[in-house]
Amino acid sequence: MNLELVLPILIPLTAGALSLALWRSVRLQRYLAVLATLLLLIAGLWLMDTTLTQGFVVVEMGNWPAPFGIVLVADMLAAIMIVLTGIIGLAIALYSLASTPPGHETFGYYPLMHLLLAGVAGAFLTGDIFNLFVWFEVMLLASFALLTLGGERAQMEGAIKYVTLNLFSSAIFLSAVGLLYGMVGTLNLADIAQKVRSIDDPGMITVVSLMFMVSFGIKAAAFPLFFWLPASYHTPQVAVSALFAGLLTKVGVYALFRVFTLVFTQDVGYTHTLLLWVAALTMLTGVLGAAAQFEFRRILSFHIVSQIGYMLLGLALFTPLALIGGVFYIMHHIIVKTNLFLISGITFRLLGSYQLKDLGGVYRQRPWLALLFLIPALSLAGIPPLSGFFAKFIVVRATLEANEYLVAAIALLVGLLTLYSMIKIWAEVFWKKLPEHVTDASRLNSDVKDSGAWACYTPVVGLAACTLAIGLYGQPIYVLAETAAAQLLDPQRYINAVLGGAPQ
Amino acid sequence: MATLMALVVGILFAASIYMMLRRSIVKLVIGLIILSNAANLLIFVVSGLTRGAPPLIPDNAKAVAGAVADPLPQALILTAIVIAFSVLAFAVVLIRRAYEVVGTDDLDQMKDTDT
Repeated sequence: MNLELVLPILIPLTAGALSLALWRSVRLQRYLAVLATLLLLIAGLWLMDTTLTQGFVVVEMGNWPAPFGIVLVADMLAAIMIVLTGIIGLAIALYSLASTPPGHETFGYYPLMHLLLAGVAGAFLTGDIFNLFVWFEVMLLASFALLTLGGERAQMEGAIKYVTLNLFSSAIFLSAVGLLYGMVGTLNLADIAQKVRSIDDPGMITVVSLMFMVSFGIKAAAFPLFFWLPASYHTPQVAVSALFAGLLTKVGVYALFRVFTLVFTQDVGYTHTLLLWVAALTMLTGVLGAAAQFEFRRILSFHIVSQIGYMLLGLALFTPLALIGGVFYIMHHIIVKTNLFLISGITFRLLGSYQLKDLGGVYRQRPWLALLFLIPALSLAGIPPLSGFFAKFIVVRATLEANEYLVAAIALLVGLLTLYSMIKIWAEVFWKKLPEHVTDASRLNSDVKDSGAWACYTPVVGLAACTLAIGLYGQPIYVLAETAAAQLLDPQRYINAVLGGAPQ
Repeated sequence: MATLMALVVGILFAASIYMMLRRSIVKLVIGLIILSNAANLLIFVVSGLTRGAPPLIPDNAKAVAGAVADPLPQALILTAIVIAFSVLAFAVVLIRRAYEVVGTDDLDQMKDTDT
C-alpha cells in the first residue's frame, strides 16, 4: 500500500468534508484551506519522490486485482501534475484569504475549492477510464458552483455556455467509453491498451479515438472547440479564475496525453497529424483573439487557448523531444498563467476594474508590482532566461527536427504576438498615466498599508520565484520532463506495472 | 432488437442536438437531459443485449454457467445516471437564476460575455 498515492485525493476530500462541518466558522475554514493545500503539496512531493525511485506507483482499490477493480496509477507525468496542483492550490488558498468576498466564503467557497482539487487530483491519478469520467464530473460540478458563486449577470451568461459545452463533452466521453467497452470489454487503461492492439477492426478504434479527442479537446479548449473558455473565465471572482486558468484545461490536456500515448497509438499517422493541425490552429486563433481584447482577464483567457496549442504540439509530434517539450510547457504554463491572473486581481484591488481603459499609472505607485507582472508576462512570451523560453525552445526545436517548418513558423509567430499582448497590458495598466475619468484611485495612491496585501503578494512572489527557478535552474526540471516523456513513449512499462509483469 | 435499440439511440441523439440548437434555455436543458439518456442507452446497447440470463451464481456453484448478461454496463449506467442527475439539477437551477438575472430565456440575448 502506497499511502502517498491515495493522499492527494484523500486530503482535499477530507478537507472539503471538514469545511462543510465547519460551515459556520469561516475563520476555521480559512486556516483549513491553507493547511490542506499545504499538505496536498507535501503529499505531491512525496509522491514524486517515490515515482523517481520506483518508476510507477500502483494501488489497487479495495484489493481487487488489476483489470477488474479500479487502480490508481502514478507515473512521472501524474506526479508532476499533482505537485503543480499542490502549488496552485496553496497559492489560491492564500490569495483567497484576502480576495474572496465575505458572501462567497459563507456560501461554501472553501468546500467547493477542496472538492475541485480532489476532482483534479483524482483525474490525474486514476488508471481506469470510467473512473476518469467520474473525476471529471466531480471537478466539473465543483467548478460550476464556483463559477456561479455570486450570481451576477455576466456569471450566469458565461456559466450557461460553460455548463452546456462541458456537459456535451462529458456525454461524448461517456459514449466513447461505452463504445470502447463494447469492443475490448474492459475499463482498465492498461488492459485497454493491451487489448486494443489485437482488435481486428482498427478503423473502429480510430473512430472511438476521435470521440475521445473531441471530448478532451473541448475540456482542454482546443481549436475549434474553445469558445466556452473566453466566454466564462473572466466572469467569476479572480481567485476562481486563476484556479480554473491554472488547472482545469490542463486536466483535458493531461487526458489527451494519457490516452494518445498509452491507448490510441495504432494510427499515429492519422490521429497525431490531426492533433498537429489542431495544435497549430489553437495557437493561432487564441493569440489573434487576445489581440482584439481590451479586458485584462479576457486577454489572459485567450492566451490560455493559445498556450494549450503548444502543449498539444508536443503531443502531436510524438517524438521524445516533443513530449519533453509538452510536459515542460505544462509545468511552465500552469505556474505562469495562474500568476498573471492573480496579478490582474491585485490591479483590480487597487483600481476596481479589469478594463484596460480604466487602468493606468500602476508603475509609478507600485514599481515592485510592475516588476512582478513583467516576470510571468515575459516568461509567457518566451523571453530568456525565464521558464517560457526553454519551454518554447524545446517545442520549436522538436517541430523543426520533425521537418514541420510551417508549424514551427506559426509557433514562433504566436510567441511574437504573445509578446505584443503582454506589452499591451504593460503599456495600458502599468506605464500610461492614470486616466482622468478614473475618480477613485485612493487605494492606488494611498501609502496606508493594506491589511490583506501579504495574502495577495505572497503567492504572486512565490509563483514568480518558481518561474525564475525553472528558467535559471532548468536542468532538474528538464530531467523530470525527460523521465515523464520516456515513460509516456513506452506504454509497455505502464501496462506491466499495472497488470503485473507478464502479458496475459 | 439491437438494431431497433440502435435506431432509438440515434433518434435520441438527434432529438437532443435539435433541442440544444434552439434559442430557449429551457429547451437547451431538455436537450442536455435527452443527451445524457442517449449516452446511457448507447452504453447499454453497445455492450451486447443478453435476454433472460441474469449474472447470478447458483448457491452450489463457484461460477456462472454459460453465457450471462454483462452486469458491468449496468453499473456504469447507474453511476452515469446519478452523476447526470446531480449535474442536470444544477443546470435547471442555473437556468432559473439566469432567467431571473438576465430577464429573458433567449440565448441570443445572452451574448454580453462573448465579444
